[in-house]
Amino acid sequence: MPINETLSQYSDWSYTTSVVIYILAMVFYMVEQSFGKRGKAVAERTRNRQLVTAGAGTDDTATQDADTATRDADTAGPRPPRSRAERFGRMGVALTVLALLLHGAALVLRGVATNRAPWGNMYEYVMITCFVAVVAWLWLLRKHPVRHLSTFVLLPNVILMFIGGTWLYSEAAPLQPALQSYWLIIHVAAAAGASGVFLIPGVASILYLIKARNESRPEKFASFASKLPAKEVLDRIAYRTTVFAFPVFTFGVLCGAVWAEAAWGRFWGWDPKETVAFIAWVIYAAYLHSRATAGWRGNRAAVINILGFAATVFNLFFVNLVTTGLHSYAGVG
Amino acid sequence: MTPETPASDDDVPGGDPAGDTATSDTATRTNHRTPLRKAWAFVRNTWRGLTSMRTALILLFLLAFAALPGALLPQRNLNENNVNEYISEHGWWGRLLDDLGFFDVYSSVWFSAIYLLLMVSIIGCLVPRTRDYLRGMRAKPVLTPRNLARMPHHERTTTGDDVESVMAATRSRLRGWRLVEREEAGGARSISAERGYLRETGNLLFHFGLLGLVIAFAGGALVKYEGQVIVLADGSEFCNSGIYNFDSFYPGIWVDGTELNELCVRVNDFHAEFEAGQPVAYEAGIDYQSGEDLVNGTWQPYDLAVNSPLRTAGDRLYLLGHGFAPTFTVTFPDGESRTHTIQWRPTDQTTLLSEGATKFEEPGITDPVERRQSQLAVTGLFAPTPAMHGNILSSAGPQLTNPTAAVDIMRGDLGVDSGRGQSIFEIDQSMVDEGRLERVARENLEVGDSVTLDDGTRVSFDGVERFVSLQVSHDPTQNWVLGFSILMFAGLGASLFIKRRRLWVRATPDGERRTVVEVGGLARTDQAGYGEEFTRIAADLLGRK
Ligand code: HEM
Repeated sequence: MPINETLSQYSDWSYTTSVVIYILAMVFYMVEQSFGKRGKAVAERTRNRQLVTAGAGTDDTATQDADTATRDADTAGPRPPRSRAERFGRMGVALTVLALLLHGAALVLRGVATNRAPWGNMYEYVMITCFVAVVAWLWLLRKHPVRHLSTFVLLPNVILMFIGGTWLYSEAAPLQPALQSYWLIIHVAAAAGASGVFLIPGVASILYLIKARNESRPEKFASFASKLPAKEVLDRIAYRTTVFAFPVFTFGVLCGAVWAEAAWGRFWGWDPKETVAFIAWVIYAAYLHSRATAGWRGNRAAVINILGFAATVFNLFFVNLVTTGLHSYAGVG
Repeated sequence: MTPETPASDDDVPGGDPAGDTATSDTATRTNHRTPLRKAWAFVRNTWRGLTSMRTALILLFLLAFAALPGALLPQRNLNENNVNEYISEHGWWGRLLDDLGFFDVYSSVWFSAIYLLLMVSIIGCLVPRTRDYLRGMRAKPVLTPRNLARMPHHERTTTGDDVESVMAATRSRLRGWRLVEREEAGGARSISAERGYLRETGNLLFHFGLLGLVIAFAGGALVKYEGQVIVLADGSEFCNSGIYNFDSFYPGIWVDGTELNELCVRVNDFHAEFEAGQPVAYEAGIDYQSGEDLVNGTWQPYDLAVNSPLRTAGDRLYLLGHGFAPTFTVTFPDGESRTHTIQWRPTDQTTLLSEGATKFEEPGITDPVERRQSQLAVTGLFAPTPAMHGNILSSAGPQLTNPTAAVDIMRGDLGVDSGRGQSIFEIDQSMVDEGRLERVARENLEVGDSVTLDDGTRVSFDGVERFVSLQVSHDPTQNWVLGFSILMFAGLGASLFIKRRRLWVRATPDGERRTVVEVGGLARTDQAGYGEEFTRIAADLLGRK
């Protein structure tokens, strides 16, 4: 099946346009984050709610529902007129959705142009990973009042897409024989999906650390942290997304092993990508456990989650570009 | 080892779920006892320490950390040459790393120690939890707390229904929950309900699955083997009757190579398909014999392709790669000639530029000194689709369009009698350095071309064969690994997505024909999402729509 050059060209344009619109959306979110009272207001509300419940129950319960509470507070009662900053935030979301549509179109067009699943090299892999990250974030926004934080999610996303579109870019091409298997569809989709979702707890955990630092030493990050939601909200976001992505990642690695058994003659051989996937898996498992271990919740859990995401990024860049292993399908260079 | 430990099994909302504080106080209490008891206390404390959640966490970190060098340093199991190169480049540092096992990370003592300790820790965690779990299977949901308003979720209303009908409605709404109904003082009645027991089941499954997976994996390391071999795709045959038939062989710890599962293969041909210069399919046509067929002498046909191994009689046969074997003929001055077709090694997997050394000896020479002056080697590069960079040959693609070899012809002592093993892809460089092997010609040859040396010897490039590199894999434990993985995965899903949650309903008569209904809820594990379910149920029970 020959490559459809025209469609692949459209796909590239669509990709580039989506990056530009994401950047534009970031500007809008930044306006909301910096000038909005909203960030502050949300932080305020969660804190209040926390105080109320902390009086009634014990520590955990307050935190557990902090986010639902803010949502309730958000929807209940007569709304104050929307501030200008808030309107900026909403426009940011609209732009994000638009960019996401173009982003999705870029994926689909590549798929149609090459007549295969559009995730067979590093460029395409980054494209779908970022796509999933944005979808996951928009999904999260439906339930959590953290829209003003979108910049922090879009920033790494745009950086990744920029790197993907420049250094890692490869022309639409058929798959080499080693990748011609339905396992490509399953394994890489799962790996990319999980990596994309993992971006969110990574970002949330960094914000968590900033907030926590500010709480213990109020002079640190004073103006920035005042606009972040309560620590517990960030922790909750990190946990919920990790709990979702971890099984997906596990599934991806298991499928990788099944595929490796058919492609490379063994299901596990400590190839660099396998090794780092193992490491990332163990780190995320440690994260889940740490949240149930006294003395390891909070800051430590956040650090572990960040390490997990670092391992994921390391796996993508270092292992693909620096080491040589069986996974060298990057299509770069 | 689990996100939720039995220690949290109490009625305090959000009770601290970590049970790892037991170690220190028992230690102080046992101080003034007999030595035997002290020893026992020591063992017990060590055990508790080892099986505590904190230790498991630290072991998990150690495991991740210890695995890292395997991704950063070359590993023997992946590429022995790279390891040797690394060691010789890094001097004492390389040797130290070698002594410490850094080039065999996954079979090193320290790596094994960490995962064994982790396994012990998991077992230590699983035993008491399984016991509690089995006990908990029959346990009744706990008493309704006196003050439901203190629960994280709480709603209340007053209805005109009597207590009995409130209870009946509750029972039918809470179908699927484990229920206990109790009489309370003053004619009040309450129902305690609990749901999500499968969470703990899933959690145990996950950990048992993990344990089984590691054990099966370790078992595989004992009994499996893998061997690679290069076979010309011109009807050549290969049988794994002994490990020396392989070019490389990786035995499990218990495998000594004497009892390999026999398998014979005949490689008839090899096809590569291209689209716009890109390979899209590789396929080798083979015949094979295994099991019964070895006795009957019948051959079964199979199309061996990448991603489509042959599975037969406990073995798997893979097409790992392919390459070219140029054919050279040397015609000696006396008219004698020798023709060899030897595989050259691809140095670039995408263009299949290859390098190699095809070695010749002049027939009929018996004098060892003379022999060591007349040996020949044709070495250099081979390109299936040549691209010249100045005078340097490289390859533009893996297609066999105009096979070209850029060769150095070496004459003298190849060093084959030195007792040192020689690679079939290279000449012994030390012979060149010592001046005992000299270059006597350098030419770029296309098929049909030849060079004539100063003594009248003629070397011609006659054509190319393809070779395939095959792997035979044998691992009777891998289905166990798969089974345990599936178990682990299913358990993981259940333990992360099922919520253990409690709900209480109390109906208290309130004067004439009025009943106060109170609903309280508590998620035993993570609260996320329980709020919505609770609100729904409470709305149904309290008659709000
Ligand atoms: C045990 C075996 C395997 C494991 C643990 C594994 C793990 C992974 C992981 C974690 C990723 C995404 C990580 C990242 O790049 O950030 C990935 C991507 C990928 N895997 Fe695998 N994999 C395995 C087997 C295979 C096999 C057998 C193939 C194909 C023959 C394959 C092809 C790919 C491709 C094409 C990608 C996406 C592009 C790339 O990042 O290079 N994997 N794998």
